[in-house]
Amino acid sequence: MNVTWDHEILLLLGGILALLVVASVTGWWLAQRLRSETGRAVIANFNARTKSWWIMTAVFVAAMATGGIGSVLLFALLSFVALRELITLTPTHRADHRTLFWAFFVFLPVQYLLVYDGWYGLFAIFIPVYAFLFIPARSALAGDTQDFLARTAKIQWGLMIAVYCVSHAPALLMLEIPGYAHENAKLLLFLVVVVQLSDVLQYVFGKTLGRRRIVPSVSPNKTWEGTIGGIAGASLVGALLWWSTPFGFWAALAIALTINLAGFAGGLCLSAIKRDLGVKDFGTLIEGHGGVLDRIDSLCFAAPLFFHITRYFYT
Amino acid sequence: MNTATLAATLLVGLTRLITGVRAQWIDRTPPVPGIQRVYFANHASHLDTLVIWSSLPPPLRRQTSPVAAMDYWNRPGPRRWLAVSVLHAILIERGTGGARESLRHLIAALDEGRSLILFPEGSRGDGEHIGELRAGLYHIARERPDVELTPVFLENLSRILPKGEYLPVPLIATTRFGRPIRLEPNEERQVFLERARQTLLALGGRA
Repeated sequence: MNVTWDHEILLLLGGILALLVVASVTGWWLAQRLRSETGRAVIANFNARTKSWWIMTAVFVAAMATGGIGSVLLFALLSFVALRELITLTPTHRADHRTLFWAFFVFLPVQYLLVYDGWYGLFAIFIPVYAFLFIPARSALAGDTQDFLARTAKIQWGLMIAVYCVSHAPALLMLEIPGYAHENAKLLLFLVVVVQLSDVLQYVFGKTLGRRRIVPSVSPNKTWEGTIGGIAGASLVGALLWWSTPFGFWAALAIALTINLAGFAGGLCLSAIKRDLGVKDFGTLIEGHGGVLDRIDSLCFAAPLFFHITRYFYT
Repeated sequence: MNTATLAATLLVGLTRLITGVRAQWIDRTPPVPGIQRVYFANHASHLDTLVIWSSLPPPLRRQTSPVAAMDYWNRPGPRRWLAVSVLHAILIERGTGGARESLRHLIAALDEGRSLILFPEGSRGDGEHIGELRAGLYHIARERPDVELTPVFLENLSRILPKGEYLPVPLIATTRFGRPIRLEPNEERQVFLERARQTLLALGGRA
């Protein structure tokens, strides 16, 4: 797992930097101009989000700069925080204590060791097979049968979303793509940029043009206008970044569209979980965004698809 | 920086890492240091003391001593060092036998300007219920009426490290600091203690 910096990756990073500068300047300018109470609140949130984006970008780039190990560690940490946010909000029983210990301190680290090691065969089945069978067995040993199926499912689902799905992002670094050796960092960057840009554009289009809500009972902020605008915009940007990937222009467009649709599904499912648990956000770690899981909800669903499409067609 | 201060800093970092503790103050910002307080909290875990101590802002933390059980902490070696030198804990006898003596220690600490962390239930509960409070809180309120009695509700500690477990699960703990209460003139002991207990329950949204 070796990552090199070529002019393409510098170009990508330059693009992100330009985008952040534009967002900061626009936010600053709007904050000077807007007078209405609601307008100012929206801009204050926008500026808090932009500020957090600067920090998130800096952390992500610093992790990438250390090569494979930094990215694997960063995503392992994100998984840890996301799993913690999810399980904290999900009611579990006293009898689940040791099962949860296994989830946090055995399954999570092992999954990321498998990513670092590049052991695809076990990486792909470790959680869905071994962890999934171990969890109910360990809880059954604790002797509490009340809500057994629901309790088991909550822990399994938590591991699935927060650990298994997320681990597919740094797993991109282990793919061996002919003619693309040591360039995989750009794939990870492509995934994160396209998916997060889709979120940002859905937010921007939603705030400006959003009228008709898609599923108001699940997510009051998701509108047809915002979603279509955001997904179309981010997919187009993904296509225009084809030169940094092993994909051609049209393939890049199709792949970007696919991961954006998956990302939309991820956002929707995690919103449904939040409504079910009766909370607005999963946490408070990232100012303006909520918790880590609120920020990576789309990535959770997009990463496995992106990984497998790339692996199937390009390795 | 000496060893004890270094250990204290490490301990705060470690506690924050394991419990991700978030402090919520009822008036949004932590109060000014200088005023003496007795923080009294529900008790469900061995981590409770550390969690409250870690969620205090450093100036408040420096003037605060946890009250801990003599039989558990006063053993030679690292345990006593941790309790006495690092946490500046005040060790007292559990049970009614040494109650008068214990109270004297606590009053003496207050007179030296310390604030205290107290678990008036006496022993750890299951995290769901709050047991009856022991009389110590009432006696402190009567003897030193100027000390602010600040209720603290600890959330999720019974899930992070429940009674009988030795390995923690790193969920997010919350310490919720409420408005101080005081002993009303002529208030009966039982009435006051029940009121203090209800304050904790209300703070935890369980009333």
